Amino acid sequence: MDYSFDFAPVFQAWRLLAEGAWATTWISAISMAAGLVLGTILTAMRMAPVGVLRALAIGYIEIIRNTPFLVQVFFIFFGLPALGLRLDAMQAAILTMTLNCSAYIAEIVRSGVQSIRPGQIEAGKALGLPSFDVYRFIVFRPAIRAVYPSLCSQFILMMLNTSLVASISAQELTYAAQMIDNRTFRSFEVYFVLGAIYLALSQLFSLGLQLIGRSYFSYPTK
Amino acid sequence: MSAVAARIRPDQNPQAVTDHPAQATITMSAVNKWYGKMHVLRDIDLRVNKGEHLVLCGPSGSGKSTLIRCINALEEIQSGTIEVNGNVLGRKGAKVDHIRRDVGMVFQQFNLFPHLTVLQNCMLAPRRIHRATEAEARDKAMHFLEQVHIAEHGHKYPAQLSGGQQQRVAIARALCMGPQVMLFDEPTSALDPEMVKEVLDTMIGLADQGITMICVTHEMGFARAVAHRVIFMDRGEIIESAPPSEFFGAPKHERTRAFLGQILNH
Amino acid sequence: MIRTFGLPEIQFILEGAKWTILMSLAAFIFGGALGLLVALARTSAIRPLRVAAACYIQIFQGTPLLVQLFAVYFGLPLLGVNVELWLAVVTGLALHASGFLGEIWRGSIEAVPRGQTEAARALGLGYFARIRDVVLPQALRISLPATVGFMVNLVKGTAVAALLGLTEMTRSAQLMSNITFEPLKVYASVGLFYFIICLPLTLCSARLEKRLNAQG
Ligand SMILES: Nc1ncnc2c1ncn2[C@@H]1O[C@H](COP(=O)(O)OP(=O)(O)O)[C@@H](O)[C@H]1O
Ligand SMILES: [Mg+2]
Repeated sequence: MDYSFDFAPVFQAWRLLAEGAWATTWISAISMAAGLVLGTILTAMRMAPVGVLRALAIGYIEIIRNTPFLVQVFFIFFGLPALGLRLDAMQAAILTMTLNCSAYIAEIVRSGVQSIRPGQIEAGKALGLPSFDVYRFIVFRPAIRAVYPSLCSQFILMMLNTSLVASISAQELTYAAQMIDNRTFRSFEVYFVLGAIYLALSQLFSLGLQLIGRSYFSYPTK
Repeated sequence: MSAVAARIRPDQNPQAVTDHPAQATITMSAVNKWYGKMHVLRDIDLRVNKGEHLVLCGPSGSGKSTLIRCINALEEIQSGTIEVNGNVLGRKGAKVDHIRRDVGMVFQQFNLFPHLTVLQNCMLAPRRIHRATEAEARDKAMHFLEQVHIAEHGHKYPAQLSGGQQQRVAIARALCMGPQVMLFDEPTSALDPEMVKEVLDTMIGLADQGITMICVTHEMGFARAVAHRVIFMDRGEIIESAPPSEFFGAPKHERTRAFLGQILNH
Repeated sequence: MIRTFGLPEIQFILEGAKWTILMSLAAFIFGGALGLLVALARTSAIRPLRVAAACYIQIFQGTPLLVQLFAVYFGLPLLGVNVELWLAVVTGLALHASGFLGEIWRGSIEAVPRGQTEAARALGLGYFARIRDVVLPQALRISLPATVGFMVNLVKGTAVAALLGLTEMTRSAQLMSNITFEPLKVYASVGLFYFIICLPLTLCSARLEKRLNAQG
């Protein structure tokens, strides 16, 4: 092997990488939060007694889960302007991530809700609480706790998916790396370092999510 | 059972509250319920007067749970009517939530909310439904937790309590809504034997305060001590209904005798 | 000249679908073989093997597929292996699959009750016999829903190859979008084609899962 590695030009561009990593972090965080809200709404629709709502939710969830994220990005960024919805790259990226994430979250949250013993819901009803309150105050937290590990994996997968929005020039970490690649022609080194940064980011996210989980789910169980 | 039997004064049957027929709190007329093709409640007619204590017994699967769950609309009925404090269930637009607020329920499995402390379990419904302030809800919760002798555990989570303690919290939680009627569905069946007494004592204390009670239980000592009427159900029907002395002393029906023979002889 | 989005354009995209399906299959087969080794290493009694397998899995689950493909694409030549784009992409996808399948199968192997291995050992079966005749058949059954579910991810993952310039289905759609100026129709159609490929797998996975749960 006569190739000599040279990481120096990559590290010289550390500022670009740092900015990119920060962008990846915040667009992921926003999309996770929005995805959780939307996903919970979808779960409610998915379990509603009204057939139309259920069908809508199932249709949406299955369309999202059975098409590639990249195609969704292109559809929203290049396709939607034809319907009059023109978004800049960052907006399109966040919207796609949120929509994508929400479908997976909906399935996870639903299995969490189904893991709750019916007695919990009955006890809430027997106290006279309306359904909405029963789900909000009694079901939600234990349901999320039951599926928290899957939820975290899903969040991490979504964070990694953000690398694909570089393709519409949304300025996140992979985009920054591609700019460095174009300048330095040190492709392998760039993508090697990029991989290492993503690996670190996913560990950090994992840690952060665990901390959130630990404080939110601090109650003991048997 | 022996723990409670010790409390019983054999010569003193509780007074039946039959002299206030106008004050019926619960009236079930011609109630029928099916699960698919299975007929689980057959033409149930039942009046429960204000302040009356009813014990419901019968073999497993006879429809006891279903009957009391119908009273607070946890189950739908297919025909007949149920009236609770003047609110009629089983019609369109029935005020289900109103009825549930008047009726407290205690489950076999306690069903405390695991993510809330004992205090929070008791405060949730008053805060959401009666819009009580934090302080009001807390005071009320403490009052009832003291009544069931568990106030010192107010800041613990359900998983940190024994079964008997959890069940007493469940009773306090129901009382916090100020119900007129309390329903108990085998409240001691999931408990280890040594905890049965503490829960039964709590229920006896409650009965002494004159609240209307319907208890599904096989604790016959408890039935003798507090029931005004004992009802025997089998295969979805009410077979026999009599004051405890009569029910245990001279049961009229063969099926009742067989049942009593089974549960008293072991 | 601007073309309208019609039958020839749809045919062009479906040509790309061939690549999508072939790449998915190849990546699944090679990734599966490698993934089995990863799963066995991850559950082996030898600690360094377990640690190495854990790192391997962490690397593929902790970095984006796009970056993995780029790293392989630019990395292979450095190892003196000059391969065509599609081969580099299939290699990358297979490595990716091996990490994920390794982790899925680790879980299934661990879900086989301990008593099974102990009983096999008590019968005097050696490691390979224990794994092949006792553990794997049971683990396979447990892993089936998740494995089929991952195949869906793999099919969707092949779309990433478009960003390296490989004319699979998504890249074909990009090309058609550029010449027809009808991105809405083009991407909706290509989405539909992916949906048609993936939905049966998703349904199959759900059904397997239900059957598995029913069996307890
Ligand atoms: N959700 C349900 N679906 C179908 N059958 C039920 C359901 N709940 C109870 N049953 C049936 O109804 C009958 C009465 O049940 P239940 O009221 O729980 O009896 P008990 O409390 O007296 O043991 C039983 O045969 C039981 O199997
Ligand atoms: Mg019962």
